[in-house]
Amino acid sequence: MIVVSIAGLTKTFPKGNVTALQEIDLQIEPGEFVSLIGPSGCGKSTMLRLIGDLTPPSSGTVEVNGKSAHQARLDHDYGMVFQDSVLFDWRTVAKNIALPLEMLGWARAKRKQRVDEMLNLVELLGFGDHHPWQLSGGMQMRVAIARALSFEPALLLMDEPFGALDEMTRERLNIELLEIWRRMSSTIVFVTHSISEAVFLSTRVVVMSPRPGRIAGTVDIDLPQPRSADTREDPRFFEKVTEVRELLRGVGADEHGSVLAEETA
Amino acid sequence: MTLTALRTRLVEWVPAILVFFAGIAIWQLSIDIFNIQKFLLPKPWAIVSAFWTQRSTLWSAGWLTLKEAAGGFALGSAAGILIAAVLARFRRLGEALMPIAIAANAVPIIAFSPIFNAWFDPLSSKPRMATAAVLCFFPVMVNTLRGLTSVRPSQVELMRSYAAGELQIFRRVRIPTALPFVFSALKVATVLAMIGAIVADYFGTFGSLGITIKNSVSLFDFETAWAAILMASILGVLMYVAVSLVERIVLQWDPTRQERGTA
Repeated sequence: MIVVSIAGLTKTFPKGNVTALQEIDLQIEPGEFVSLIGPSGCGKSTMLRLIGDLTPPSSGTVEVNGKSAHQARLDHDYGMVFQDSVLFDWRTVAKNIALPLEMLGWARAKRKQRVDEMLNLVELLGFGDHHPWQLSGGMQMRVAIARALSFEPALLLMDEPFGALDEMTRERLNIELLEIWRRMSSTIVFVTHSISEAVFLSTRVVVMSPRPGRIAGTVDIDLPQPRSADTREDPRFFEKVTEVRELLRGVGADEHGSVLAEETA
Repeated sequence: MTLTALRTRLVEWVPAILVFFAGIAIWQLSIDIFNIQKFLLPKPWAIVSAFWTQRSTLWSAGWLTLKEAAGGFALGSAAGILIAAVLARFRRLGEALMPIAIAANAVPIIAFSPIFNAWFDPLSSKPRMATAAVLCFFPVMVNTLRGLTSVRPSQVELMRSYAAGELQIFRRVRIPTALPFVFSALKVATVLAMIGAIVADYFGTFGSLGITIKNSVSLFDFETAWAAILMASILGVLMYVAVSLVERIVLQWDPTRQERGTA
């Protein structure tokens, strides 16, 4: 079964008459790790929000697990991780992770057990009683990931989750995320600005072009699994990075700087 | 609290206490030095002794006024929070009414106090409570509404990704976000309630603090007037402290409080 099926998807914003996405077709299969990459304004975040039914399409269809995106949202079919961790200050770390479980009506004992499992998974055991502001940015992001995974959604939507973190934290969380993905055999759709992050994490990279947002091409990343720090030094890794970069150059990403500048730095 | 923490805390208070007693001493001395008449300013010691000798009258007057202030505070704040909740739910209505509310807030409501005497039974404490309530209502309403609507869009999106409806979002996100706003408004409201009750007392509440102040002044008994003001201040501070204590318990999670070291 296809996890995400997008057909003829167009999204326009009436304000300023912007076409964020035009005629997008994309299918994502179970167990895939798909990254969406492209310069600012290519609509990659909008696409994620459309899959999550957080904004309605102007035309075309989005199906998740064979049903409408709306129904999938009501059925708790996906977990979402945002750019900023979006934790609630008035809840402890444990209660933040338990939030979706509360909404699903889980019993207290069952919630507690799952929260402990999640704290263990993201290596935050002993931090359950802390409040979010007492943690570093990287730890806060791990709490957000634990929260998204707590109810074991088969699909994880991640919108530049590591964008605000320093390079070292980001690389460590990349490896942790891959481990979680493998262990839970989930499907991940991942938005990023970073070519190397996209290549390192993904089984497929979707390169998007801006104004209007379109799919410029896809690159299959068949680097061996499981990936590790060594993967980043593999010559095939650089080949894939170059391939993605060439596609991005074709869509005029270097004019906008952000994507390429970050990589050459 | 450990002993050292307690000691640090006490040391922090020392300057304030010194300034307080220095101020009292300067007050007492300058009355002798500059030969200030007692109708202008009685000696602090005379005020304290008047407070002590008339403690039973002052206490019963204070109790009456405190009931008016606290009743008005409870009514006005509850109404303010409720109306804010309704306006937050029906945003259009809120946007339409907000300019009117802000304009109404600028009206010197205390001026209506004699009119409330005509509206309600002037012998009961209702007109005084009404004055205090109306004074409390606007700041509480405006601040609560601001709190309920200052939720970050990403927090609402997160809740929607969990299929949460408006009611769930209200309960789990809007209310906790609004609480710090509500409490800072409630603290202001305690002060306003006391002002409202006392000024309304001036228009005739037998045995109240306001009337005690007014009558003592007309009898040239300035020590008693000042003692009544002292009583009013103590009661006002008590109300403020009571709300602050509740705030401290409810808002233990608030990081801005932690940084100030007040939690």
